[in-house]
Amino acid sequence: MILIAIIALGGIGVLSSGLLYLVSRKFEVYENPLIAEVQEVLPAANCGGCGYPGCSGFASACVNAQALDDLFCPVGGADVMKKVSVILGKEAGNAEPKVAVVRCNGNCEARPHTNQYNGVKNCAIASSLYGGETGCSYGCLGYGDCVKACGFGAIRINLSTGLPEVIEDKCTSCGACVKACPKNIIELRRKGPKSRRIFVSCVNKDKGGLARKACASACIGCSKCEKECPFEAISLSSNLAYIDYRKCRLCRKCVTVCPTQAIHELNFPPRKETN
Amino acid sequence: MLRTFRIGGTHPPENKLSAGKKVRVIEAPGQVVIPLRQHIGAPAQAVVKKGDRVKAGTLLARPAGLVSAGIHSSVSGKVNKIDEIVDMSGYKQPAVYIDTEGDEWEEAIDRSETLKKECTLSSSEIVRRISEAGIVGLGGATFPTQVKLMPPPGSRAELLIINGVECEPYLTSDHALMIEKGEQILTGVSILMKAIDVHKAVIGIESNKPDAIVYFRDMVRNFPGIDIMPLKVQYPQGGEKQLIDAVIRRQIKSGALPISVGAVVQNVGTAYAVYEAVQKNKPLIERIVTVTGKGLPEPSNFLVRIGTPIRRLIEAAGGIPGDTGKIIGGGPMMGKALVSADIPVTKGCSGVLLLPKQEALRKPACNCIRCAKCVSVCPMGLNPALLMNATEFANWEVAEKNYVVDCIECGSCNFICPANRPLLDYIRSGKGKVMELIRNRKS
Repeated sequence: MILIAIIALGGIGVLSSGLLYLVSRKFEVYENPLIAEVQEVLPAANCGGCGYPGCSGFASACVNAQALDDLFCPVGGADVMKKVSVILGKEAGNAEPKVAVVRCNGNCEARPHTNQYNGVKNCAIASSLYGGETGCSYGCLGYGDCVKACGFGAIRINLSTGLPEVIEDKCTSCGACVKACPKNIIELRRKGPKSRRIFVSCVNKDKGGLARKACASACIGCSKCEKECPFEAISLSSNLAYIDYRKCRLCRKCVTVCPTQAIHELNFPPRKETN
Repeated sequence: MLRTFRIGGTHPPENKLSAGKKVRVIEAPGQVVIPLRQHIGAPAQAVVKKGDRVKAGTLLARPAGLVSAGIHSSVSGKVNKIDEIVDMSGYKQPAVYIDTEGDEWEEAIDRSETLKKECTLSSSEIVRRISEAGIVGLGGATFPTQVKLMPPPGSRAELLIINGVECEPYLTSDHALMIEKGEQILTGVSILMKAIDVHKAVIGIESNKPDAIVYFRDMVRNFPGIDIMPLKVQYPQGGEKQLIDAVIRRQIKSGALPISVGAVVQNVGTAYAVYEAVQKNKPLIERIVTVTGKGLPEPSNFLVRIGTPIRRLIEAAGGIPGDTGKIIGGGPMMGKALVSADIPVTKGCSGVLLLPKQEALRKPACNCIRCAKCVSVCPMGLNPALLMNATEFANWEVAEKNYVVDCIECGSCNFICPANRPLLDYIRSGKGKVMELIRNRKS
């Protein structure tokens, strides 16, 4: 009895293994072993920040690409790209690391509330209903859709200002928060040397008087910074200044002339006292 | 046994505080602010500039495109500026500010009260006049009326349904209009029948307005082809698809228009506006607005010029009570909280509701207990709990497959939910997202 069972099961086993072998040979899909190798060094965050569906998508894009110039893993940064370039024997592009920047400085003092929102604490829903609790209909709503979207815990709401702040060391510039923000306040900007950067911390496109009335630290479109900038890095459109980080040389002249302190400098050493 | 629609529905407390109140006329205020977008579709393009003198009825902005409506001045005076104002949508819209001077009207407008019943105009001429008068659906959706009167090729209207339901709690503006302007409404209905070439019209009125039903039944003897149908009180019977189901027992497929079952639906307010436009040459520059609320000294129905700040209406109704928590444009179910009392009355504004604080604040939401009350009340036969979840977790395929775009945003699910879950808030945002995805796929 036992013998029959062994023979029968063994027979089935041998038969199926043969069948599986044949099928696997017949339907074999060739995959470049380099893809798996590249994937091995990627951070496996599957955030999609590179623009490809997950790390394996990025790995195959790297293998298939002629050069790595346009490919950059924001999470792994330059180190990972170097490793990838070693594996593939291709030159890695020197994409600059970026970081998410919140372009709203309308904290509770600068931007007084004009009404109270009592609905669902969700930026997408609130912005589908109306302009927000303050006079500024462009500014941050503060319900933290960006916080929920961030897969790296790199953004949090500062409870004293009610605004989100980016934790630079954790931010991988994957862009999830940029997509999540219904007001398009968050932007990916060049991290800058020693993380120094300058940006206009406002997205209000109202005329100066209106913007000023709604928020004390709004950009009023006075064009002082545009005139001051020696590198023509600042442009003004619909009452809002924008600093092009590709042209900006971090001279900080615009910061001093801004009448509403809407231009922010980050990680600079304190200014020298000038007489 | 009175008819009603067959799927879902609920019956919130009616609270028709201003029912039976006579319509009071509010004089033109010192300044009106007339938004250029008071309808669904493209905002109208201004044809006046700062300093221009206008009379009541002068065209301020012409329609931009097919689905759009013209905007007319509601007062005589001088254009102060063309700027922006936060309107009932909660966002800034371009608007014309006019300083009132005197009360001069365009000569072509017949301001007499005499009823002009005969209408010998052709169908296309009627539609042209309606279009020129800037008439939009006054039930609240503000869809340009002339578009509804031009059925797409290949379809034919068989029946005109007139919406005198006013299912929204608190609001009585349509009721007041029916009582005071019954003959004009019926003349308007006859004109609309002529415009779309049908010989039968049914006016649906909920049974909580017995005076209107009796009055209309008496009068329709002089208007061939028009019938009155009393309906059981059920929310949201004023919805186009719900009213069609209640009146002719026909369901409309997902994504199809009412014309697919041969019906055209118009509000009683629209019928009255059509009468005034076609017979009296008067554009849509005033409307009846209910101002109501439990704490308000005098809930009333007012005849108001478009562009009057709602603050004036509230003052005329006795002033803002101290414990007011929210001012709502529209009724409690579908209305929207307003950010300020200086928002002007627009064509689609049927009421202003002042809710006391304890009623205005939302109760904290708890977990879903799977009671399926939202499913049983949904008049579109959707599963609100599922749609809310799908939206919350950005599961757009599930939302689309479960017909999120069919939601009519009536708020029955929010009203009935014992766990106070903000179902509609999520579904509305999910509906917007899915519609955007569908549009992107098409283009």
